[in-house]
Amino acid sequence: MRFAKSVIASGMLLLCPALLLAGTVSGKITYSGTPAKPKTIDMSKEPNCAKAYSTPPVTESFVGGAGNTLDNVVVYISAGAPDEKSAPSQAVTFEQHNCRYTPHVLAMMVNQELKVVNSDQTSHNIHPLAKINREWNKSQPPGTPPLSEHFDKEEFIPVKCNVHPWMRGYFAVLKTSHYAVSKGDGKFELPNLPPGKYTITAWHEDYGTTTADVTITGSETKNVDFALKAKAY
Amino acid sequence: MTKIVNRAMWLSLSLSLFCALPALAQETRVGNLTGHAEVGKKLYQRSCIGCHGPYGDGNGENAQWIDPKPRDFMAATFKCRSTPTGTLPTDQDLYNSITRGFTNSNMPHWDSLTKQNRVDLIAYIKTFSDRWKTDKAGDVLKIPAETPINIDSIAHGAALFQKLECWKCHGQQGRGDGPSASTLTDSKDNPIRPYNFAAGTDDSRFKCGSKNEDIYKIFMTGVDGTPMPAFGDVIQPNDAWDLVHYLRTLQISRHSKENEVLRAAGGKIPKVEIKDPPPAAAPAATPDAQPDAKPQGTGK
Repeated sequence: MRFAKSVIASGMLLLCPALLLAGTVSGKITYSGTPAKPKTIDMSKEPNCAKAYSTPPVTESFVGGAGNTLDNVVVYISAGAPDEKSAPSQAVTFEQHNCRYTPHVLAMMVNQELKVVNSDQTSHNIHPLAKINREWNKSQPPGTPPLSEHFDKEEFIPVKCNVHPWMRGYFAVLKTSHYAVSKGDGKFELPNLPPGKYTITAWHEDYGTTTADVTITGSETKNVDFALKAKAY
Repeated sequence: MTKIVNRAMWLSLSLSLFCALPALAQETRVGNLTGHAEVGKKLYQRSCIGCHGPYGDGNGENAQWIDPKPRDFMAATFKCRSTPTGTLPTDQDLYNSITRGFTNSNMPHWDSLTKQNRVDLIAYIKTFSDRWKTDKAGDVLKIPAETPINIDSIAHGAALFQKLECWKCHGQQGRGDGPSASTLTDSKDNPIRPYNFAAGTDDSRFKCGSKNEDIYKIFMTGVDGTPMPAFGDVIQPNDAWDLVHYLRTLQISRHSKENEVLRAAGGKIPKVEIKDPPPAAAPAATPDAQPDAKPQGTGK
């Protein structure tokens, strides 16, 4: 009996570190300089979508907030974490809604299932302009089921619809499951990081990338902020 | 003594087979001809390098003066395929392209070279991208029998042209003047025009072959590297054939069975309704040619 108890106890001790010693990196992304003003999108050639907007929509390459915070920045562990062998079984969804892409930047893992949905009354074609992965281009009329795809290499892929030239989005295909996309106040959080030395990369579609090194020793939360230089054009 | 000799013989035999295997895996074959990249290299340096460049990336010294730009073999993205969008073409596809050339571009039809030379060139251009080592050519599209060319088929095709919104790029008369036409760019951000069906009196302007079957293929597999998407996942093969017949009537100055049928019907295409959105077919490229989805109300 005693022996059994000690086995259970040591088993729990072995498990515990994995559960308890996991740190978090969180922070905020800000920009410096003057970003280009978002441009108004003219959807008059697509009345089906134009009617959904009471005020004309604007381009999304820059989405900022109070205090110069920056959204749609992909923050991920680029070094220090072991390569993950399998992708999550849960699919990620990319939606064409009112002739915009939702979300504007979609992060996923290599080989994770991507579902592309068309919830508009008009046809779109989904055209990821991949250079490392294969480039494909498929039509998706309204009322057709979601497309199921995946990418097998790490890459930041611009996505466009050729019929509606203002539609622009990005797929961030990553090797790691430790990623976040900054949303609302430029905030991000990377939880569940085992102790170790990590390099974190922040990527923005127009402002480039920047990196930071961080070391996790236990279950602490480390604060890492990123600052990117805005482009005026 | 014989034992050692035998062993040596087996060793050398298996070694030579082992060395031959990688070469076999990379083989370029068209018909009964095998391509040799070393021969292709010399041909390329004489005939192709001026446009396609020493690295095969389409940046030869002539490239700056011509439009459309030469193919970038390093990207391994090809327009004219019998394989699904995003997959590699077959050797036969590449052979057809080099033999046919590309109309309205600076790519000549290279039937001035022997068949063997063209196959050797194909073997060589594959060395410009590692994708040929890691990927195989896509599954060849199974093309079912063409539907009969009659006014019903043309009418149905006309309805599909509206439903699938082809006119947004190609225009209502297929003249390449649709509302989105002026904004189109290819995958390298160069401006590009959609196909103008109404120009010319013949088929000379089709880039990927000029038979009904070739138009069917373009429609199902898309034109990779350009705005033209693949429709293979969202349309039934019979519907695709009907669309092809309608497209032939957009070639108003060309003599065709389709135009005869249209003339016999009084020159007017009847309006038909497609009651449901084009039914999703099983992907056309699978070996099983029978789609699983039941067609819903296609008007027949």
